[in-house]
Amino acid sequence: MSDLPGRPSRRGFLKGSAAGAALAAVAVSAQAQTKEELPPLEQYKPSYFTPEEFAFIMAACDRLIPADGDGPGALETRVPVFIDRQLEGDFGKAADWYMEGPFQPDADPLLGYQSPLTPAQVYRAAIPVFEQWCQDQHGKGFADLDAQTQDAALSALEKGNVPLKPELRDFFAFILQNTKEGYFADPMYGGNHGMKAWTYVGFPGARGAYTEWVSRFNETYPLSAVDIAGERA
Amino acid sequence: MARTDPKKDVVIIGLGWTGAILGMEMAKEGLEVLALERGEDRDTIPDFQYPGVIDELKYAIRYGFMQKPRNSTLTIRHGVNDTALPYRHLGSFLPGNGVGGAGIHWNGQTWRTQPAELRLKSYVEENFGADIIPEDMQIQDWGVTYEELEPYYDRFEKLLGISGKAGNLNGEIQEGGNPFEGPRSNEYPNPPLANTYDSELFAEAARKKGLHPFPRPAANASRAYTNEYDMQLGPCNYCGFCERFGCLNYSKASPQTCVLGALKRMPNFSYKTKAEVLKIEKAADGKTAKGVTYFDDNTGEEVFQPADLVLVCAYSLHNVHLLLLSEIGQPYDPATGEGVVGRNYCYQMTGGTSLYFKDKKFNPFIGTGAEGMSIDDYSISQIDFAKEGFIGGSYITGGHTGGRPIGQLSTPPGTPKWGKGWKEAAGAWYNHKMSIGSHGSNMSYRDCYLDLDPTYKDTHGRPLMRMTFNWKPNDIKMTQFMKGKIEDVAASMNPDQMASGYKKEGSQYDTTVYQSTHNVGGAVMGTDPKTSVINRYLQSWDCHNVFVMGASAFPQNTQYNPTGPLGALAYWAVDALRNDYLKNPRPLM
Ligand SMILES: Cc1cc2nc3c(=O)[nH]c(=O)nc-3n(C[C@H](O)[C@H](O)[C@H](O)COP(=O)(O)OP(=O)(O)OC[C@H]3O[C@@H](n4cnc5c(N)ncnc54)[C@H](O)[C@@H]3O)c2cc1C
Ligand code: SF4
Repeated sequence: MSDLPGRPSRRGFLKGSAAGAALAAVAVSAQAQTKEELPPLEQYKPSYFTPEEFAFIMAACDRLIPADGDGPGALETRVPVFIDRQLEGDFGKAADWYMEGPFQPDADPLLGYQSPLTPAQVYRAAIPVFEQWCQDQHGKGFADLDAQTQDAALSALEKGNVPLKPELRDFFAFILQNTKEGYFADPMYGGNHGMKAWTYVGFPGARGAYTEWVSRFNETYPLSAVDIAGERA
Repeated sequence: MARTDPKKDVVIIGLGWTGAILGMEMAKEGLEVLALERGEDRDTIPDFQYPGVIDELKYAIRYGFMQKPRNSTLTIRHGVNDTALPYRHLGSFLPGNGVGGAGIHWNGQTWRTQPAELRLKSYVEENFGADIIPEDMQIQDWGVTYEELEPYYDRFEKLLGISGKAGNLNGEIQEGGNPFEGPRSNEYPNPPLANTYDSELFAEAARKKGLHPFPRPAANASRAYTNEYDMQLGPCNYCGFCERFGCLNYSKASPQTCVLGALKRMPNFSYKTKAEVLKIEKAADGKTAKGVTYFDDNTGEEVFQPADLVLVCAYSLHNVHLLLLSEIGQPYDPATGEGVVGRNYCYQMTGGTSLYFKDKKFNPFIGTGAEGMSIDDYSISQIDFAKEGFIGGSYITGGHTGGRPIGQLSTPPGTPKWGKGWKEAAGAWYNHKMSIGSHGSNMSYRDCYLDLDPTYKDTHGRPLMRMTFNWKPNDIKMTQFMKGKIEDVAASMNPDQMASGYKKEGSQYDTTVYQSTHNVGGAVMGTDPKTSVINRYLQSWDCHNVFVMGASAFPQNTQYNPTGPLGALAYWAVDALRNDYLKNPRPLM
């Protein structure tokens, strides 16, 4: 597996150190590894989103999983990067989905997704509609609203009170689902930075071997999370 | 024009659980066997190896190992007067694709049907009278009894190395097993898995209520094991990435771990991948098939593969689709009640209650696909249908399969879906939730069926199959009955909070939420060609050299997961083929 750009890599770390220094580093808290930070989120160059769209995604993620209270927020865990990459990839393109017509986008929701648009197209078409709605209602774009008004606007979107064409009706569901995915997916997808969301809820990530822990009831599992690339939280 | 390949003795459509078993047993007969699998080749190494395979996003959320609707799907509607729409992305059920089929990414909960379930119509009539059967319900007997199937259940359990505890050994009730199961000739091949905390708590509470908890039979090995084909399983390590994933540890029974390694060494067996069968070709006599036509994705051409025997092992839904496209058997018409192909499609009625305990840590990430403690006190054979006003039953389980945070984290009732409230609840409750689930039967009805869609086509230009299905009052009453029973046990455990999710009056079938990949019926077995597609040996009534495996044979769904019975039926059909049909090919009934 190739090293991920901007991520501290155990291999790179060892490569760059004398053996003795590497051994000494074992004693250093694993936290120290994440000091070699990625460029700030604001400097991330989205591959799917336009800068305007990305500003909206940043602001929306910041309300869906905010920084305040216990646990990391969506920005700290770089969820917007995850969403950008997903929309650029197979998910955004509906690569696995059956996308032949005729389409009936206003069908009974129990029959599932029926829009002719891919998820990436839904984001692209719906963001300006929602931004315009925010302008009309509040005189500002979403990112410029205060937190409370942003929450109210997102609630309106969630409840279907923002007029969207049926083709776009899954917009809110996509953002919320993709935000939670980015919070909890393996860090190699761009979000869950530093495995912070896993550490927060207590999920040990890609350990996958617990035999002697099965029968230890009501005890705290002692090991920190690891990810698929082999980093330890 | 289609290429024609040299003739084979046997062609198998699909290389999942049933295809692998039939392939092995036909190869052992010395026949030239070719299996055609539409998907990719797969094996433990490299496809299921650590750590790449335990990627929740790729496999559990984006369905990496499963059927891609772009290549294969169906349309769904609730009623005969509705327009069916495509199942555009996976949701309610997740058919497999590729070598091993859904058998690589199943849980491994491996049950036997109860004796009463295999002759359900007779059982109901004898015990409660025919008039309790609702007018639109089409339940029937399977045409094979539990006593006849028992040796084949036994063999299938030994093939998979099932971990469990017998409850009825040759009629004698065994402490700690399921006292309501049919008599079994042998103990399970492996002892039960160790219990997780939640299973233990549920079992304790159930026992206090006078119920009879026992370990759920699991195809996750509890110890090192070697099966009849010299295939080996190692003990499961509760990795928590079981269902939806291939096993990283040679512990979950799958076609790969239990059959294919040995089968690939048979010189008279071969298989092709990326080879999707488009049609079973009928011979000029109209009474047999002469082979199959498939699309060879490796060369981009259609191929006619002649064969003397055609074994349809493509998964229940695809079995029915292939029969409809091949015009083998008369398609079912719900208006007249005539025809059989597509008749009696059924699903599985599931529900559950979540319990949240502030002071208990469950470590939900420690889990396996089939571990859990179950009760069968409210099973089909234990319920007075006349008194309760429904036909059916459930098994109930306390346990869990994993704690994967995207898909398996849940928060107590009243938690906001997003924002600070959601985030804090996710952190506070992730480790403190357990659940008790009901896994119940679903009866067959006149207007729940499969046929060809008039509008939508697949990539080969063939009509998609159309599913017409909805929940019926009988089965909703059943699940509501289970809700009452489960909530009673759950309340006795004193959780801080509790939340229930069961279908209720007016609930419609939701295609977007995963319920189970237990699609059954549509090519049902029986003893009367007017109400079945295949006879009791799984042989087509219309083309005697076509045998159809899988859960499409079930005349209505049982209260259990389907692979135990469909595995037993596969071995049952193997014996009919070996001892009778191959010696003298003809209709066996
Ligand atoms: C997530 C999940 C969990 C499950 N858990 C359980 C459980 O705990 N207990 C249980 O009993 N069951 C469970 N099941 C169901 C179980 O996997 C199936 O019952 C079982 O695999 C069915 O065996 P089969 O041989 O009929 O089909 P499969 O094993 O699916 O094999 C069918 C094969 O045919 C191929 N195929 C289809 N059409 C064609 C064609 N036209 N040409 C060529 N090849 C074709 C498919 O690609 C596939 O490989 C689960 C399923 C899923 C998805
Ligand atoms: S839980 Fe056990 S059987 Fe399932 S995938 Fe993990 S190791 Fe294999």
